[in-house]
Amino acid sequence: MSSLAKISAGLLVAAAVAGGAAWFLATPSRLNAAALASFGEGDASRGEQVFWAAGCASCHAAPGAEGDAVLQLGGGERFKTEFGVFVAPNISQHPTDGIGSWSVEDLANAMMRGVSPDGRHYYPAFPYTSYARMKPADIADLYAFLKTLPEVEGKAPEHELSFPFNQRWALGYWKLLYLSDKPRVQMANASEEVLRGQYLVEGPGHCGECHTPRGILGGLDASRWLAGAKAAEGEGSVPNITTGEGGIGDWSKTEIIDLLETGFTPEFDSVGGSMAPVVRNMAKLSAEDREAIAAYLMAIPGHPSAD
Amino acid sequence: MKLFIYAAAALSVMTMGATANPIEQRQANMKERGQILRVLAPIAQGRADFDAATVLDALEKLNANAQAAADVDAFYPAGTETGDTKVKESIWSDREGFKKANEDYLSKVAAAAEAKPQDVDAFKAVFGPIGASCGGCHETYRN
Repeated sequence: MSSLAKISAGLLVAAAVAGGAAWFLATPSRLNAAALASFGEGDASRGEQVFWAAGCASCHAAPGAEGDAVLQLGGGERFKTEFGVFVAPNISQHPTDGIGSWSVEDLANAMMRGVSPDGRHYYPAFPYTSYARMKPADIADLYAFLKTLPEVEGKAPEHELSFPFNQRWALGYWKLLYLSDKPRVQMANASEEVLRGQYLVEGPGHCGECHTPRGILGGLDASRWLAGAKAAEGEGSVPNITTGEGGIGDWSKTEIIDLLETGFTPEFDSVGGSMAPVVRNMAKLSAEDREAIAAYLMAIPGHPSAD
Repeated sequence: MKLFIYAAAALSVMTMGATANPIEQRQANMKERGQILRVLAPIAQGRADFDAATVLDALEKLNANAQAAADVDAFYPAGTETGDTKVKESIWSDREGFKKANEDYLSKVAAAAEAKPQDVDAFKAVFGPIGASCGGCHETYRN
């Protein structure tokens, strides 16, 4: 073999390996058997608490739904972002239009890995980048609760995204950069209460998805965790909820808890926009959980407002 | 830069004195609303003692404040949807719905003042719906 041929062959092999590795890296990765074995039997009443903590209804109920109608998870709400329009899918128990035929493993892979039962990547408008931090037992409980909810007929329309954002496979690389189950903040010697708050905020509550600024690829800027951000939709901005400048450093713990329960700030402004349904969810949590969220927000590093 | 800030501050004071700016007017009205709630909310939450005279005084102030903002078209004229404001475009695109929400608030506040609550439970019964309408309106019409 000439040296030229050797080099060519070598390049071919390298290209094949790299190509294979690239293909492998971008392939949706599901949870392994050991992880799934830890799920156990779910409990629907505990699952209801997880449902409110995770804010499922805020996106998947019909736009403007109130009262019991928020348990009709037919989807259809449109989210107009700079990447295009995302449409919330039907996650009701309808066997074909919704997720009624899913196993608990399917739900876990969707929420913790962003992978559909047929092996496609979900877009991170679905906050699996936060749900990846959830406890398997909470997913199992949530699954049991979702099973008690009604079937809603009708598939939601597809997302309306333009190139390159309509290239779903590319999300494999995006996930390599941004999908992690590691804590957002290292908390040394944190109390049980703060750790519970950390779990709720960084995991199911997915607060950082709106309250943390994003880089050009749409990943969260971890160095400015919860420092506020431009709103993903429209012109507004999302407030800084750290103790840094422009944030909530002068709020008492009671004032933070009051906001989560009633929607009123210390100045008696009432939070609006997409935070209003979040408050309705938070109001359904236990008082201890709201206290834990407040304790965590007061314990994490403060940053000046990012927007 | 400093000069510019002083000039801008002076200008905004001048405009406030002369022709009132609807954005500043409605923000001042909302701020005052918050100040009055500071008196009422802790009583409803059981963190401050109920006193019929204090509550009635605050409810009457809240009613006067609400009536002052009754004219939606004057407070939210066309052209004031942008600038230093957190309004949503829906105030203009859903004018009827917005007017209805405002009237709903006005009637609840008027009814509360009219009721002259004599104990904390009577007060909570008329005050609860008012609080709920704050969040309801802000969800749809404000960012």
